[in-house]
Parts: sequence; structure tokens; C-alpha cells
Amino acid sequence: MLVESLTLSAALFTIGVIGVLTRRNAIIVFMCVELMLNAVNLSFVALSKLYGATGQVFVIFVMTVAAAEAAVGLAIIIAIFRHKKSVNLQDINLLRG
Amino acid sequence: MLLQETVHPLAETAARFVWWLPTLPLIGFVINGLLSLQAATKLGPADPSADADHAHAGHGAHAHDAHDAHAHDAHAHDAHDAHPPRHRYAAITSIIGPGVLIASFVLALAMFFAMRGVEADAPFVSRLFSWMPVGDFKLDAALQLDALSMVMVLVITGIGSLIHVFSVGYMQDDPGYPRYFAYLNLFVFFMLLLVLGANYVVTFVGWEGVGLCSYLLIGFWFSEQANADAGKKAFVVNRIGDFGFMVAMFLLFAHLGTLDYTAIAANAGTLEPGGAVVTAICLFLFIGCTGKSAQIPLFTWLPDAMAGPTPVSALIHAATMVTAGVFLIARSSVLFSLAPVASLTVALVGGLTAIFAASIGLKQWDIKKVLAYSTVSQLGYMFIGVGVGAYTAGVFHLVTHAFFKALLFLGSGSVIFAMHRAYHATHNHGDDAQDMRNMGGLKAMMPVTWTLLWIATLAIAGVPPFSGFFSKDEILSAAYSRAHESTLADASLLGMSGSTVLYLVWILGLASALITAIYMTRMMLYTFHGPNRTDEKSRPHLAEAPWVMTGPLVVLGVLSLFGGWLNLPEVITHMVPLGPAETLEHWLEPVVGEATARVSGGAAHVAVSTEQMLIAGAIVIAIAGIAIAKARLKPEALLTKDASEPSRGFERILERKWYVDEIYDALVVRPIHALSRSVLWKGVDVGLIDTLGANGSAAVTRFAGWIGSQLQTGRVGTYAWLLVIGAVVVLRAFTAGN
Amino acid sequence: MHGLLASISYNNWILTVLLALPVLGALALWAQGAAMRHADETARTSAARKLALVVFTAEAVVSLGLWWSVDYSSPLWSGYVAVPWIPAWGIFYRVGVDGIATMLILLTTLLMPLTVLGSWTSIRERAHLFYAMLLVLTTGMLGVFMALDLALFYVFWELMLVPMYLIIGMWGGQRRLYASLKFFLFTMLGSLVMLVAILYIGLTAADPLGRPVFAYDVIVSGATYPGMASLWLFGAFFLAFAVKVPMWPFHTWLPDAHVEAPTAGSVVLASIMLKMGTFGFVRFALPLFPDAATNPAVRSAIVILAVVGIVYGALVSMVQPDFKKLVAYSSVSHLGFVMLGIFAFTTQSLQGALMVNINHGISTGALFLLIGMIYERRHTRQLADFGGIAKVMPLFAVMLTIVALSSIGVPGTNGFVGEFLVLVGAFRTEPIASVIAATVVIFAAVYLLWALQRIIYNPLSKPENQALKDLNARELGLLVPFIAGILWLGLYPKPVLERTQAAANRVIERVHGMGADGSVAGQGR
Repeated sequence: MLVESLTLSAALFTIGVIGVLTRRNAIIVFMCVELMLNAVNLSFVALSKLYGATGQVFVIFVMTVAAAEAAVGLAIIIAIFRHKKSVNLQDINLLRG
Repeated sequence: MLLQETVHPLAETAARFVWWLPTLPLIGFVINGLLSLQAATKLGPADPSADADHAHAGHGAHAHDAHDAHAHDAHAHDAHDAHPPRHRYAAITSIIGPGVLIASFVLALAMFFAMRGVEADAPFVSRLFSWMPVGDFKLDAALQLDALSMVMVLVITGIGSLIHVFSVGYMQDDPGYPRYFAYLNLFVFFMLLLVLGANYVVTFVGWEGVGLCSYLLIGFWFSEQANADAGKKAFVVNRIGDFGFMVAMFLLFAHLGTLDYTAIAANAGTLEPGGAVVTAICLFLFIGCTGKSAQIPLFTWLPDAMAGPTPVSALIHAATMVTAGVFLIARSSVLFSLAPVASLTVALVGGLTAIFAASIGLKQWDIKKVLAYSTVSQLGYMFIGVGVGAYTAGVFHLVTHAFFKALLFLGSGSVIFAMHRAYHATHNHGDDAQDMRNMGGLKAMMPVTWTLLWIATLAIAGVPPFSGFFSKDEILSAAYSRAHESTLADASLLGMSGSTVLYLVWILGLASALITAIYMTRMMLYTFHGPNRTDEKSRPHLAEAPWVMTGPLVVLGVLSLFGGWLNLPEVITHMVPLGPAETLEHWLEPVVGEATARVSGGAAHVAVSTEQMLIAGAIVIAIAGIAIAKARLKPEALLTKDASEPSRGFERILERKWYVDEIYDALVVRPIHALSRSVLWKGVDVGLIDTLGANGSAAVTRFAGWIGSQLQTGRVGTYAWLLVIGAVVVLRAFTAGN
Repeated sequence: MHGLLASISYNNWILTVLLALPVLGALALWAQGAAMRHADETARTSAARKLALVVFTAEAVVSLGLWWSVDYSSPLWSGYVAVPWIPAWGIFYRVGVDGIATMLILLTTLLMPLTVLGSWTSIRERAHLFYAMLLVLTTGMLGVFMALDLALFYVFWELMLVPMYLIIGMWGGQRRLYASLKFFLFTMLGSLVMLVAILYIGLTAADPLGRPVFAYDVIVSGATYPGMASLWLFGAFFLAFAVKVPMWPFHTWLPDAHVEAPTAGSVVLASIMLKMGTFGFVRFALPLFPDAATNPAVRSAIVILAVVGIVYGALVSMVQPDFKKLVAYSSVSHLGFVMLGIFAFTTQSLQGALMVNINHGISTGALFLLIGMIYERRHTRQLADFGGIAKVMPLFAVMLTIVALSSIGVPGTNGFVGEFLVLVGAFRTEPIASVIAATVVIFAAVYLLWALQRIIYNPLSKPENQALKDLNARELGLLVPFIAGILWLGLYPKPVLERTQAAANRVIERVHGMGADGSVAGQGR
């Protein structure tokens, strides 16, 4: 059971990474980040079978942070969309040196 | 230092007031200076920048005032107004300026008689205060009164008083009247400090101070660039000499641990006679002397210094300041007597300067320039004297020269004054009032000046019994006898034996005596004899100067005539009982006696017959010179300056002073300026350090920053890729071992 | 005087008060500026300069007691105060003075009111900020002279930098940004390296608990460094101080900073801030690392740089068309004398160096003030724009002449005393360097007399100059103290020499490790 869970977690994480790296749409990138977080959560839960309840506590913590992050992140994306009429990451390069 | 234990015999006499000697002129300087400033001062507005704007808006009115003042002053130089308003404080300045000098002179006389009354071999040192005490370097502000400084003080205050009185007339209409006397008083203050200093540093204060006053007085009419240039040149060239003086002081302190004259005289024996140290000290001192006393190679400033008022030329550039070098060597006679090579150098440079300057004097047309080169030449004589170890002879010539050269300058001042007045009365501003070609025949208009200047001319030419004859003869016979036998004759210089050098110097001295007689007679002929070449209108205005100017001339005339009695040679008093012999020699015995004896090795004189021959030769040469000039020169045929054609060939070289100024300019001044501007400033500073160093490092930093900034695309995608790649690399690195 | 000062226990509080007063004054100025926000510019300027003058005058008056109260012969610090500041890092507020520091402190406190008077009408914008910056700067400078804790010293050292940067950058001339940045970067470059060295020293001297020690006395008496370390440390201090002096070839910030700075900035920069460098050598670099300083190679290198600076500064001065730049380069030359005097390691030369320090502060400060005065009238500093103004400004001409003569080093003025002592002392150990340096008596005359001639002599031909007004009472009054100082130190420098003698001897002893008779061990007599 553990192996399957970890395999699923790894698969989800990889999908998330690829999504972050390749997609241009900020919302999709954002969802891929969430995917990665949840992949990690999954492995936490799976491994807590071996190492005790700490992992499950951590998952609760990560979900809280992820919720906060989602709120802030989506707000930023909306703000950018209002400003630039676009959520394409290629168009957002304000930090260019 | 030795003196502190025993009470000096002079301590209870007038000598204890020695500090009053320089203080009196200093007081004069302060009062006259304040008067001058007070009259010139109009304090500006509280806010100068606001006023500048205002001035820009309406400077027409101001400019007009200023222009008037400017024009007026420019006239004051070449012409004295017929009736210009005298300076507001002219009366009080006329009293204070000469007054402080006369008071100093009276005080000096009192000290002189006090000194005659006591037997004192050691100098009287008056310590005023501790000046620069640092560790084992103890330097006091102290004055020293001994036979040598007494002679100098009498000359300075005596002749100084006469020249101050003369100035009252000469400068009467100058708008800078109090300023002139302030500078003149200040000069006397520094000159007295120079001769009274008890150590080299106090002397150096005076030494530089007189240079400063000379600078201020040469550039007295500073609104003309030539005058300001001449003043600056004098100061800078003098400073080259002062550099030598300073190095000499460093050497003295490093090797003797003191700069006090008494202590140096006491310790000089520890220096190896003829050794490198004492030779170096003396040579560096002599560099100082060549600057101040206008010897080769630093003589070029003195002729230019004639830009100053004529009484200044008489006081500073003839009678006192320029002789400071001779004084310094006499003061350091103990050291020079230990350094034959240095002494020979002094004598040789003196001899060369004497003939070189005399040759230039032959072809000058400006009456003051003739006298200037004559001064350089005579100073060369004095250096022959002190160089060959005849210190008394050098000082003797210093004194007699002060008499007759002051007379010559003041006399020429009278002539120039008369010419100016005549030109001014007829509004002639084109002709040069100092050019002898514009004079001629002044004998009829200025008989007193004519008589007195002939006395001075005969004195400088060396015709007996005028003063110059005795002093010049003494120098030449000393050179001859030292060549015969002395420590100098045994030394060698530049591969020549000392004896050869001294014979050469003697011949140079004789030759320049001949030339001196020629150019002085030439000056007299062109100025006073022949027809008058002044324009018709100006001629009736030529007249003798007022008595306040002629009076001092008469006194100097008497001194020039009888100055020789100060030190009659024994060989003459044996033949003709004129009076006591060798008075000055005995007077200076405590100061220079030991040194003189060391150089001459005890053999003081050559055989009497030889000496008689030398004297006869000197007389023949002087008279021959006058006769040659009289025979060859035709004042009747001389044209005015404007009508004259430029000279050619060798004459031109002489007239252009052997092109020395041009050579110095090309070899020294321009290269240094070019080096400073092109290489150091524009090259090293702006080019190397700033471009490569400061701005270069800035450019490197900016380039590195530019490279770094290229990584900063601002795209989150790129950053994410980099993050992943980085994470993979780190993971790989950590797991590499497994 | 001594009794009076002792009865109010002057020594216990004076240094702290001197440091605090300017800061409080700056706060007062800020408050006044805030209160007068709506007043017009003229009223604000007028109020600000008056308040600043009051504060600086109070500072000067209070500081005068130091002349008598400091125990000049004692090897202990006068006015010593030590209070923990950041005890965990071993940093203390630790101040105290000896003769050398006292003379420079007095120079600073006496000069500052005069610079306020010199800026009286030339600073017309943001006067409150300007004078507040001057006050903060004063605290920084006084702190450098007083600090006996290396960390505290560094704080004051950097504290000076910011106000001066702002003074040049905000009230300067055309290229003020370039000049102020250059000034900042040059100085910063040196001082950062010094910070590293200070930290290394503090950690090396750490107490058994591992806390660093920055106390000057402890480090001087106890610290030894392995192998090359002391050379590296000396090098770090050297860089910081050499930039500040400025020694050739670290000097190029100086002409730019001077030319662009407002008058007060130039005066403070030349008169006091340059002295930080030479003071740093005497107080820190030499006593902390005597081995490195006496290392023949190091010493020869510094002497050579000093002599190069002396001659180079003089030669480059000679060809400057801008009067201020000319004076700036002449500073390079003068400060070279100080360095030569310090590194010749004889009592005379060191004492002479300290005199040149003070003299340069007086003469060059006065020169910059005089330049400021004609700049206010003519808005130019080019020598070619003047000529003959002695006719319309006789008082100015007299003042400029006296100050120029002092800068040339004519005997009877202060300039001579310092240069002569340096040269006569340096000749014992460094004869060749001393002789080369002595040639500057010629060049100094050339460049200053040339400038003098082109400004006050020659024909008064330019119409703009014919309407110039002479100095006013304020300008005359502020120059008189300088003239008095020039003559006093030229004729009777003994009071100052006496006061610095013991401190100078201690430095020489420390360097040579020998007796205090003032002569040099194994050298000369």
C-alpha cells in the first residue's frame, strides 16, 4: 500500500513540476503548485504509517498555509489581470534587471 | 650658551636695547601700514553676493570711477602730476617713515660707541624668547651684537635713513605714499633681523623677509604686469637660493646639533677641515648667496628688479639686501675657512659674475639697468674678497659700495625725477624717461647731481683717493697674495690647482675693473655731457630736484669720497700719512680674524714692492678705462631712443644680456610647466589615476553588474527552471557518494 | 584657570559635552526648521544661521578650557570616560585626549563658528539641513580625535562621511554629484578595509569569555600578531588613512571634492577632515603596528609616496587655472610634509608634522574662505577672470597676501615653523627625501605668487572687476582670527609645541622602543 501511495505522490508531483515549468497561464501554474503541495501531503500521510502522527499534523498545517496562499495568490493574479488584461506569465516581467 | 654664566661687558650698556633696533622700523611699518589701509578702506556691503547682482546691473557708473583711479595711478609711475592732491596722511607718514630709521640709527651709534669702549671678543647675545624648542633642537629668537653686525647695522640704518629722506621727495605725489613707507620700514626691520640674528634661523627669517619686501616693492606699481612679473621673478629666484640656505641649515643641525653662531664657531673644529660635510654646508650656503646677491647663475632677477621705485633700488638692490650674501659668508667665515674648495668656488663665481655683468653693463641704455649690472658686477668683487678669505676686504667693499652705489642710484633717481617732471609738464607720455639716449647735457641743468655722480663714478672705477679704490684694491691684492700662498692655493677645483684659479680670479677682477671704468664713464657721458636730446618743449622744465632729495646725495657724496679712510692699507699710510691704517681690519678681528688667519696661513701680505706694483696697476687700469671711454664714445653723435637703429652682432648679444633669460626660460621654466601640465596633471592625474584607477574600477564594476542583470529576465518561468535545475544539481551533489 | 576648571570637574564632562552639544544643536535646528516650515526662505536662512552660530560658539567657548585642563605631560589620557555601550561585543564608549588630540580638537571647535560666518550669505537653500549637517559632522570629527575604542572610532569615522557627502552633493557646484560620489567611494574603499582589520584586532584580543576587546590601551600594550598579519593590518589602516590624507596616488578625489564643495565644505574638508588621516597614523597605525611601520620596505615606500606627493602636488598646482583646484593640489603637497614628518620618526619631524597639520588647517581654511568671498562677488574662480583687484579690494588683497605667504611658508608665519621642523628633523634620518621635499619652497612660491599676481595685481582691465566691493565687516572679522593664528604660531609656537611634546615623544618611543630624550636610537647623534 505504501509503495502505491508514494508512487502516486511522485506522479502527482512530477505532473505539478512539469505544469509549473511549461504552462504559460498563471492560473494553471498556480493549480500545478497546489498539485505539488498535495502530492507532498499524500506522501506525508502515507509515511505517517511508519513514523507516527507528526506527518498528519504537518498535513493539516500545509493545508492551512495552502489555503492562505491560494487566497493571496489568486488575489495577485486578479490584480495583475486587471492591470495587464492578461494572465500570461510571458507578459509579466516587472522584475527584469 | 657659554655666555649665560658670565655677564657680558656689553650687558650694561646701550647694547641691551639691541631689540629696539629692529622694533623701531617695525613700529613704523605697523603705523604706516594701518594709515595706508585706513585711507584705502571702504567696507563692502553686508551681503556681497546680493551686491554682485546689483553691480552687474549698473556697473557703468562704478566702472567709470574705477577707471579714473586706475588711470591716475598708472601716471604716477611714469609721471608725477603737476599738482596732484597729496595723500591724506602724507604729512604724518613723512615724519614716521624716516623718523623710525633715524631713531634706529641714533641708537645704533650709541651702541657703536659703547662697543668701542669695552673689550669684548665674544658677541653680545640677547635672548628674546624660546622660539622652536623640540627635543634636542633648541632654537631661540635671539639677537647678536658683534663687530660685524655693528658695521652692517650702521650701514643699514645710516644709508637707510638717507634713502628714506630722499623718498619723501621722490614719492611725494604717489597715491600709495604710506604703503611705500610701510614696505620700506618693514624691509629695514627684516634687514636688521638678518644681520642681528644670533642663529641661522633668525638670519633666515630676515633673509626671506627682505626678499618678501623686495617682492612687494618691485611690484609696488602692481597695475603694470611687467612690474608684478619682476617682483615675482625676484621672489622665486631668491627662493631657489633659499632652498640652498635651508639645506645648509639641515646639514649644520645634523652634524653640529645647533644653529647658533656662537656654538657653531665653538664646535666647528669637530668638522674635518676640507671634508665633504663642511664643503657641502658651505656650497649650499653659497647657493643661498647666489640667489640673494645676484651671482651666476641666479643673477637674472636683479636687473628686472629695477621696475621698483628708484630709492628702493638704491636701498635694497644696491646698498643692503643684495649684500646679504657677502654678510652671510663673512658671518660663516669659520666654516668657509675650513672648506677651501667651497671658498675657491665662491671666488671663481664672484670673478666670473664680475666680468659677465660688467660686459652687459657696457651696452645697456636704461640708466638704471646700467647700475643694476654694475651692482651685480661689484657684488662679484665682494665675493672674490670673501672667497679668497679676505673677509674684511669683502665687508669693506660692501660698505664703500653701499656709499657710492646708493649715491649712483639716488642720483639717477634725481635724473629720472627731473625727466619725469619735464615730460609730465609737457604731457609727453611717449618717451622713456630712463633711457640715456633721451638725456644728454644734463650737467647744465643739474650741476649738483652731476658733481656728486662723478664722485661716485670715480669711486666705483677705483680712482684714488675715492673710497672704491681702497676696497677694490684690497680685494685684488688679497686675491693675488692668496694665489701666491694660502690653504686655498693648495686645494684644487675642477682639476685646476687653487693657485691657478686664484690667479684667474685676479685677472678677471682686473679686467672687470677696466670694463667698470668704461661703462660708468659711458653712463656719465651720455647722461650729463654732450648736447641735450630731450624734446624742445620739455627741455626748459629740466631742473635740479628739491633739497630733500639732493641733501642725502651730498652726505653720500662725502661718504663716497672719504669712505676709504675706514681701512687704509698700511702700504699707503707708510708712504703718505693719511691716518690710522686698517681700522676696519682691527674692528672685525674678533669675528673674522681666526678664519682669515687660517686661510692665509699667517702670511698676511706679499712683499711691499709687489703690493706697490699692484696698486699702481689698479690705478692705471682705472684711468685707462675712463680714457678709453672718453676717447671712443661720442655723446654728440648719439641719437634718441626712437631714432636709434637696433644694434647688431656682438653688441646685440650684450644688449640682450647674453640671452640668459631666454635660455633659462627655454631650459627650465617651460619644461617644468609642460611637465606639470601635460604629464603630471593631464597625464597622471586625469589620465592614469582617474581614468584607469577611479573611473576604470567603476567601469569594471558596471560591466560585472550588467552581466549579472542579464540573468534577471523577470519571467517567473525562467526562475522556476533555474530553481529546478539547481535543485537537481544539489540533490545530485548530496547523493553523489552513494 | 586650572583651579577654576578643577572646581567644576571640567575634565569629567567636557569631552562628552563636546560630542553631545552639536548633536543637540542639530536636533534644535531640525525642530526650528519644522516650526518655520511656512516661513519664507530668507527668514528661515537667517534663523538657521543664527542658531548654528550660537551652538558653534558655545561649543568653542566650552572647549577652550581644554587648553589648560589637559595634563600634557602625563602618559594617562585626560578627560577619560569609559561606559559600556554594546558590552556583549566588548564595545565601549571610551574617550580621552592627549596633547596631539587636544590641539586638533581646539582647531576644530574654533574653526567651526568661522565656517558658519563664511557661509553666512552663500547658503540660501535648506539652510537648516545644511547647518544641521555641519553640526553632525563636527561630532563625527571630534569623536575621531577622542575615541579610545577602535569600534567607537570606526563609528565616528563613518559618521563624518555622510554629512560631508550631503554637503557636497546638495550645496555643491555643477559637478557636485560626481564629486560627492567620488569622495564617498574613495573614502569608503579605505574605511571598509579598515573595518575588517579592526574586527580582526578585536577578535584577536578577545577576553577569556570570547568577547572581543576594542580598548585602545589594551590593544596597544598587549597585542601581537603572527607573521605577516601585522603587515596586512597596517596595510588596511594605511589604505583608510592614506585616502583621507590624501597621499599620492589616492588624492584625485580631493581636487574634485574641493572644487565642487560649498565654501564651508571646502574649509572643513581641508582644515580638519584631511587631518583625520594623519592623526590616524599617529594615533592608531603607528602605535598599533610599530613593527610594520618601521619595516624598512614599508617605511621607504611611504616616505617615497610622501615626497612624490609633496613635489607632485606643488608641480600640478602650478598649472591650475582654477584657484580652488590650485589650493586643493597644494594641500596634497602640504599633507605630504606631514606624512614625511611622521615617517621620518624623529621628534623634530613629528612635532613639525603636527604643526603643519594645524598650520595647514589655518592657512588653507583661510584661503578657501577668501576664495569663497570673491566667488560670491564674481561667481567665478578662474584666475584668468581676475586681475588688479587690489585696487578695488585693498583689504582683501592684504588678507590674501598674508594667507598666501603663510601657505608658502615664509618665515615669521606659521607655515615656516612646521615645514622647517619637518625638514630639519627628517634630514637626520631621510636626508635625500628631505632635500627633495625642500625644493617645494621654490614651487610653492611659484604657484601661489602666480595666483596672487593674477588675482590682485596686474592691470584692472575687466569691467566686471572694477565694480567689486571690498570685504565687509563680517568677512573682515572672520579673517582676523586666522591672521592672528598665522602670526602667533609663526612667532611663538612654543605653547603648542610644549603641549604636544610628551605625546609626540610617546609615539616616537613606541616606534623606536627607546628613551624619551628626543633623539633617535641608532641614528644621527
